[in-house]
Amino acid sequence: MHELGIIVHIAKTLDQVAAENEVTKIGSVTLEIGEVSGVVPEYLTECWNFYRKKSPLLADSGMKIEMLPAVTFCENCKETYPTVEYGKQCPHCGSHETYLLKGNECNIKEIEAC
Amino acid sequence: MSEFKVIEIKKNILEDNDREADKLRGELKNEGTFLLNLMSSPGSGKTTTLVRTIEALKDEMRIGVMEADIDSDVDADTIAKTGVKAVQIHTGGMCHLDADMTRQGIESLETGDVDLAILENVGNLVCPAEFDTGAVKNAMILSVPEGDDKPLKYPLMFSICDVLLINKTDVLPYFDFDIEACKERVKKLNPKIQIIPISSRTGEGMDAWYDWLRSEVAEWKR
Repeated sequence: MHELGIIVHIAKTLDQVAAENEVTKIGSVTLEIGEVSGVVPEYLTECWNFYRKKSPLLADSGMKIEMLPAVTFCENCKETYPTVEYGKQCPHCGSHETYLLKGNECNIKEIEAC
Repeated sequence: MSEFKVIEIKKNILEDNDREADKLRGELKNEGTFLLNLMSSPGSGKTTTLVRTIEALKDEMRIGVMEADIDSDVDADTIAKTGVKAVQIHTGGMCHLDADMTRQGIESLETGDVDLAILENVGNLVCPAEFDTGAVKNAMILSVPEGDDKPLKYPLMFSICDVLLINKTDVLPYFDFDIEACKERVKKLNPKIQIIPISSRTGEGMDAWYDWLRSEVAEWKR
């Protein structure tokens, strides 16, 4: 389970953040997850609910997930288009010379803590 | 109890792993140990390819192998029979290795006197691609029976690898595997990748793979 690995990394980062900001209790964690990051939000929440209980800092914290849309840029016609709908091939000109502009994110946006 | 306040973080989740990986790479550079992260699906012939590679190169460089598996020591046993150092890393149910787990493997392998350390990652084309292990180069094996469409299905894996071994070329006549179409698909995702067709059973093509390893190890030690 790749989601569990991600949760372990989030928990580690939050330990540091809590120490730096001198907080001892986190009420909620907000993540930004790109549409094509390969992370399944439902699994992530489930793993979180399992893992947070191991740490007093995180035990009562909820997880909020904001999905970010994926956008691809076409080098041939310089247009952008939604990645999930059209994939690698540009719907404007048919070119395959395209790359992902955004949608691969896996960020911790903010936390509520005291 | 005091009020909850919002603390803005804006941090990539894998940032600390990336940092750990860079640190590990730096230490390996000082030691003169080249770490190769080898990835593939289960059953692609990773262990057979490794055994043959070790037999061919063990007299000219010191080799160590880390076998990552969810459970069992089957692969580490096979490798240990070749006479090189081998350790088993159990991921405890996790589908991939991260830089921390790799560091633990490196420490138990005692790589100070190793020129080429090979990390055999968990058999999986999805998750291992997302985590930088601290390896100097990433290699993957795709075997003929898996099909030539795999680059279309697992683009990230093919994008992050430096070298691709297309294994089991000895069975090409029995499968609808279009090797040229496969190469083209991979090159589209990753123009810089080196593609080496091999058969780890017959030995066909293996010399090109050994040469790649020799020059990478020499380059890293320079």
